[in-house]
Amino acid sequence: MYNYTTFDKDFVATRAAQFRDQVQRRINGSLTEDEFRPLRLMNGLYMLLHAYMLRVAIPYGTLNGTQMRALADVADRWDKGYAHFSTRQNIQFHWPKLQDVPDILESLAKVDMHAIQTSGSCIRSVTSDHFAGAAADEYEDPRPTAEFVRQWSTDHPEFAFLPRKFKIAVTGSARDRAVIKLHDIGLTLVRNAAGAPGYEVSVGGGLGRTPMIGKVIRDFLPRADLLPYLEAILQVYNQIGRRDNKYKARIKITVHEHGIEEIRNRVEESFSLQRMRFDGVDQDIFARIEADFAEPIYKQASIEGYEIARQSDPLFRSFTDTNLHPHKNADYTIVTVSLKAHGATPGDASSAQMRVLADIAERWSHDELRVSHEQNIILPHVHKGDLPAVHAALRSAGLATANIGLISDLIACPGMDYCDLATARSINIAQGIATRFDELKLEHDIGHLKLKISGCINACGHHHVGHIGILGLEKSGVESYQITLGGDGTETASIGKIIGPGFSTDEIIPAIERLIMAYLDLRLDASETFLTVFRRLGPQPFKTALYTNEVKNHAA
Amino acid sequence: MKRDTATKIITANDLLSGEVVYLSTSGKWSIRHSDAILFEDKKAANTRLTEVQAQDTSIIGPCLAGATLADNQTPMPVHFREVFRSKGPSNRFLGKQTYAA
Repeated sequence: MYNYTTFDKDFVATRAAQFRDQVQRRINGSLTEDEFRPLRLMNGLYMLLHAYMLRVAIPYGTLNGTQMRALADVADRWDKGYAHFSTRQNIQFHWPKLQDVPDILESLAKVDMHAIQTSGSCIRSVTSDHFAGAAADEYEDPRPTAEFVRQWSTDHPEFAFLPRKFKIAVTGSARDRAVIKLHDIGLTLVRNAAGAPGYEVSVGGGLGRTPMIGKVIRDFLPRADLLPYLEAILQVYNQIGRRDNKYKARIKITVHEHGIEEIRNRVEESFSLQRMRFDGVDQDIFARIEADFAEPIYKQASIEGYEIARQSDPLFRSFTDTNLHPHKNADYTIVTVSLKAHGATPGDASSAQMRVLADIAERWSHDELRVSHEQNIILPHVHKGDLPAVHAALRSAGLATANIGLISDLIACPGMDYCDLATARSINIAQGIATRFDELKLEHDIGHLKLKISGCINACGHHHVGHIGILGLEKSGVESYQITLGGDGTETASIGKIIGPGFSTDEIIPAIERLIMAYLDLRLDASETFLTVFRRLGPQPFKTALYTNEVKNHAA
Repeated sequence: MKRDTATKIITANDLLSGEVVYLSTSGKWSIRHSDAILFEDKKAANTRLTEVQAQDTSIIGPCLAGATLADNQTPMPVHFREVFRSKGPSNRFLGKQTYAA
């Protein structure tokens, strides 16, 4: 993991102290809300439906046991004993009091954490593959690049007031787990024909009101050119991105309106000038960062206990069938800890659970944890021989749900239970679907399925890229749920298509059930996923299942 | 459920706690929807809202919200968003719903 330098420590401590002063001036009336609002947003402090919300950055989703424990302490001391892991790999506290936030930020600064650039029209906290540095299918670790981009973008004076927020994601695997194509800039680590390291750069992806798949602006950018090239993209966006209409202000609209060719030409022109400003200091910094991400010192031990437990313990076998991903070291594995116990709020963890995760990480995962954009927690480096002990510890904390990649491992934004932008709730729908499919005992038979729920068109729940997407809206004064099908957030990215009229709160879960039953009838065999069937047959059979059967049922 | 009504209340969030508050008949902010003063006339409500926006520094985001009189003659929210604001989240027993009636 990246180790904070004295400079970094001073920087976050100073920012926390500055915010303490700003909060005091707001409370004593020296600052109006209009003056204070941009200051609090720069420190991740929002006003939501019932209370303030503090969003703390977990850059590229990576943290250690001490940091997770500090977050648990915040939940207990200043919040309501739990926190919410978000689809941006960050963590949100939903009940802090304004006067306590300076103390919270001070406590987090002590463990090298902060809430900087988790809000506002700036370059947001960088995201990455949650299996980075561990996955067998990875060809290069994206974390040094993610950290490099984080440092470059933090407090960048030119890009503090962009037309809108700006999100950058990085991956180093052919299997895209970081939704690269749906980011303002997506960086994929690649090598050219000569074997030199670099990036494929995509630009103009995004979800929200106008979902767009990012377009490749450079198929190979040499590694040493990364920062001047990013500066060039941001400069072009800063200059010609629209500021007249907030709904047309993201770079995806700039790319759409000007065309990728014109954007590419402008970026290349700016890049040729930017490049002269970089004299190699950035590459020295990159090399120092890279050294912090050396592989852990793997232990040499027997994995016999793993096989024995698989034979003797059906729960352990089910867990290891579902929640593991191959590690680059064959004796190790990556464990995904589900924060989606059936009927629970996706992404929520109690302070007690957070402490258990911290303990497990320190003891059995080389003191590393990851937050996934799918609202789960990853133990990236677990020796297979330790898995029975890890599983037992997770079970004791209610964290051993074996459902990763299945229908109940769905993602959902906080929706109208917390968010002031929401047009409908999403958590209750997530709970209802997970509970129903648990009752049916069908989810393992259904297999790989990505279901994603957003409570408004801003799409924090990534519904556009769910194999099944659900968007909560208001219709005639009640909550209404629109279904999209065929979305995909991976390397084969696609935007889901709206399938027909929406469903009420009472109708949506039976509707999803009809959809799944139709899929089970339509698939050629158990290996054909929902998405594959949709791509093979198109929307019609699903439309029929959703709407024709509904009429029949009503008539009956 | 109706989306809105002609009769309005004034609501905001408390500056320190962030809690949802309602302008009450006493002129103070109450944490209970039932204490809210109901404006029959939207113009009068807007006038009072303008005063609150200009003068009151203890709250943030004051705005009008539709409300009607319940059978017990206390105001009740109309839109489901205001129902959630008056109770708290539906996935956890937290917020106003935990207060004794």
